Amino acid sequence: MNMFEGQSTIRRDLRRSIDWPLIFCYLALVLIGWVSIYASIHSSEPGSILDWNCRSGKQAVWILTAFVLDILILFVINPRLWEVISAPAYLFVLGLLVAVIFLGVEVKGSRSWFALGPVRFQPAEISKITTSMLLAMVMSKPYYKISNRKYFLITAGIIFLPMLVILGESETGSALVYVGFLFALYREGLSGWFPFFLGMAILLFIVTLTTNVWISMAIIAATTGVVLWIFFKSTERESRIVRFRIIRNTILSVIAGVSLVFATNFIFQNVLQDHQRKRIEVLLGMKEDPSGVGYNVIQSKIAIGSGGLFGKGFLNGTQTAYGFVPEQSTDFIFCTVGEETGFIGCLTVILLYAFMITRIIQDADRSREAFTRIYGYCLASCLFMHLFINIGMTVGLMPVIGIPLPLLSYGGSSLWAFSVMIFIFVALYKEEKKYF
Amino acid sequence: MEASRKNKLLIGLWIFLAVLIGKIFYIQIINDKYKRDASNNSMYYEYIYPTRGVIYDRNGEILVGNNVCYNIIVTPREVGEFDTLALAAALDISPDYIREKMAYYKKYRTRIGFQPQTFLKQISPETYMRFAEEEYRFRGFKAQTRSLRNYPFNAGGNLLGYVSEVDADFLKTHSDEYRPGDFIGKTGIEAAREEDLRGEKGYRIFLRDSRNRVQNSYADGAYDKDAVPGKNIVTTIDAHLQQYGQELMEGKVGSVVAIEPSSGEILAMVSSPGIDVEYLADIGKHYQEISRNPYKPMFNRTVMASYPPGSVFKLINGLIGLDEGILHTYEMYPCNHGFPYGNSRKLGCHGHASPLALLDAIATSCNGFFCYVFRNILNNKDYKTIQEAFDKWREYVLSFGFGRKLGSDFPSELGGNIPTSAYYDKIYRKHWSFQTIISLSIGQGEIGATPLQIANLAATVANRGYYYIPHIIKDSDEVSIDEKYHEKQFTMVKQEHFETVVKGMYMAVNGGGSAGGTAFGAAIPGLDVCGKTGTAQNPHGKDNSVFICFAPKDNPRIAVAAYVENAGFGATWACPIASLMLEKYINGEISPSRQWVEDRIMSTHFF
Repeated sequence: MNMFEGQSTIRRDLRRSIDWPLIFCYLALVLIGWVSIYASIHSSEPGSILDWNCRSGKQAVWILTAFVLDILILFVINPRLWEVISAPAYLFVLGLLVAVIFLGVEVKGSRSWFALGPVRFQPAEISKITTSMLLAMVMSKPYYKISNRKYFLITAGIIFLPMLVILGESETGSALVYVGFLFALYREGLSGWFPFFLGMAILLFIVTLTTNVWISMAIIAATTGVVLWIFFKSTERESRIVRFRIIRNTILSVIAGVSLVFATNFIFQNVLQDHQRKRIEVLLGMKEDPSGVGYNVIQSKIAIGSGGLFGKGFLNGTQTAYGFVPEQSTDFIFCTVGEETGFIGCLTVILLYAFMITRIIQDADRSREAFTRIYGYCLASCLFMHLFINIGMTVGLMPVIGIPLPLLSYGGSSLWAFSVMIFIFVALYKEEKKYF
Repeated sequence: MEASRKNKLLIGLWIFLAVLIGKIFYIQIINDKYKRDASNNSMYYEYIYPTRGVIYDRNGEILVGNNVCYNIIVTPREVGEFDTLALAAALDISPDYIREKMAYYKKYRTRIGFQPQTFLKQISPETYMRFAEEEYRFRGFKAQTRSLRNYPFNAGGNLLGYVSEVDADFLKTHSDEYRPGDFIGKTGIEAAREEDLRGEKGYRIFLRDSRNRVQNSYADGAYDKDAVPGKNIVTTIDAHLQQYGQELMEGKVGSVVAIEPSSGEILAMVSSPGIDVEYLADIGKHYQEISRNPYKPMFNRTVMASYPPGSVFKLINGLIGLDEGILHTYEMYPCNHGFPYGNSRKLGCHGHASPLALLDAIATSCNGFFCYVFRNILNNKDYKTIQEAFDKWREYVLSFGFGRKLGSDFPSELGGNIPTSAYYDKIYRKHWSFQTIISLSIGQGEIGATPLQIANLAATVANRGYYYIPHIIKDSDEVSIDEKYHEKQFTMVKQEHFETVVKGMYMAVNGGGSAGGTAFGAAIPGLDVCGKTGTAQNPHGKDNSVFICFAPKDNPRIAVAAYVENAGFGATWACPIASLMLEKYINGEISPSRQWVEDRIMSTHFF
């Protein structure tokens, strides 16, 4: 009896403490990814879906090994470990990021891959995890306060250090993901002005490039006016010092905004690299280049667009199957989904992600441990950034930035990294549930 | 929902994802541009060109046939290293031509992309065979079967028309039916029956990848389409008569139109100078030369030129007079070398017996007589005003097919001109009388008629009062023609009045020169030829020579109108040409006694 009782307690525990819907989304996306990889390569590399020589076969191996990792993380490794090793792990991965510049192999113009025999892996993928862990560790300290300048700088440093190294590897996409940590910081008390200024900066940059300086000026003037008006309404009773600060900050912001506007063209022409400039030009419709940079996007849009409501059916895609879309099993895997399963399929995939991210945010927010919460928000931010940049790129909302679609894209590093990252969170959450 | 930071972030997340979903919805559901692009992208249509329909004459002779030829197509991006000299030798072209072409493709490579380009047009089967043997050496080059028109008879470029590649302007409006490189009939029969002749292109669909490598047949060829050859067309033309007409008109400016009165079928239609059929197949090469010719060979005079018909128009005035009851066959009018009118002015006439009645007036083509007739038509007491009388007259004339398009199936037919009373009211401010427009009595003045209309008049008289709309396409197994071509078109003149006119025309030819008949040169022993001469004053130079005739007098088999510009008196040039056409058609050959006429005509060239 005792034995059975014990088993049923464990079973109840598992049922209660593990976020099964989250795991279901994870499994569904991994499987959709696997099948889509097969669909995207089956005509150029004919063979069975399990054929080791083709990408779907290799992905099957990555998936199975990822499952092993998942189980290890979930049941074997003590979740407390993550908090403990976060600092050394962060430094180790940072070291790898630097080392890869010198020791890595060059793939498409960027040195960000280590080659270990037949296996290649990208430290930038792991760096997301270690950065999240260190952020969670630092920010969960009881004395931590983001408004404190010292802690703010430490936090910024944790994010910017790997980000800059990755930029140095010219992996713009992976670096861009780090911007997503802003969301996690916002949740932890970062002033809402940071996202606001970031949004404004992007808006001004785009408006200045596509129209002219004066429209951007008008936007600055209008926003300043609205912001000031709201402030003076709500701070009527505040002291003069407060009001003085508001005015000072506003003036500084306007100066920054105006400088940005005037610097835009300089940045665009001189700071950005050629291929980055072209991608932005194509995205903003400033230049048409159907055979060059625009080719990927046009082909990708054609593939997705031709899917219609229900798609052409599994393995019936012509655009993806016949190699119109470049990188179709990695960065452009979403094209296969769009072409073969149509809008219904796209919606399903996006909703799976949306549900997963929402679930993570809710679990994180509910968590009583700051480490779990902050880590969860970091995870959600990374997933969102990848999702939005990747799918946005395939449908022409974002410039062509090569980052994988989490769990779907072909590739071991990416799948492993996201699996580990997600399951650390699931494990942390499970650990907590044990006690409450 | 409280606006906690968590919820703000969640709302933000869903807004961003909604934007993403919205964009996907737009490109997948709302905008179907991408679906079209997708089929262009992945499907490679290999077009199979149909052979164009053959054009036959009424007796089964081929007027326009097809020769097989080949185009060489190249997909520049597939071309690898190849031996320029070997290709030049195989295709019988200069190596420089190849280098030039390849340089061109290189220069425009981004624009060309993977599209196949036409490298060389219309090579002969012999050259093609040589190329085919070595084709494997030239990756990216391919031959495509096309057909080229050939012309066994010199039937005249204006009648047959020519085909050429569709131009860019036309493609803009007809992009569903035609693609660049397709041929289209531009003029003549080729244009008139383009829809039947062109056939339907077939295609084979292949899937290809982004490097334009053809992968395999799409859906196992389920959607492939065979080319449907163009329909063969049987025309009403008599190839031998047409060619004979071309020969007679050689070196002269004008037209000859022959119609079978009992059906309205056009037997021959010659516009001179015309486009030599040797130029037709590859007209693009000769286009400059043709368009620079001062005699405008492209201008199809038979249906587009508007001439004053001259004296042949007297027939109509006589018929209208009879029908209106202001002229009777027994009535005689005097003519002393013309008709005096106005302030001692006179419309002149040549010498003949006077006074005379309608029959003789037609035979001798008396100007004075028809001035009286026209005066009586306009001053008819049945009508209140001259305007009313004139408009009635105009209505009669229009019923003969003048002043409007006949409605023939030949393209670019024009309607000529018959003025209205309103027109004279305008230019003479309502002060005009018979004398003002006296020249209409004899077919001069403001009247314009096409040779086709004049020939139709001959057919109408031959039929004694009706005509069939002249046409060039016959009913055949493959093509049927509009019912209207089988319907009799009656004039407003009662049929009984025509016999007198026919007799007059008979007299003009067979009455003998001594009796004043103007057209005795058209007489052919054994054939009861009826004819009427005309000499139309030409404001631009020498008079135009006109003649209409038909034969035999009873149950006529052919009606001909000949119109020779700047050739003088009608009897001198138009008359023998038209009569030779009659004789050739009915007898198949020219009798020895008239051989000299043929020689004279053929040896005379005005330019």
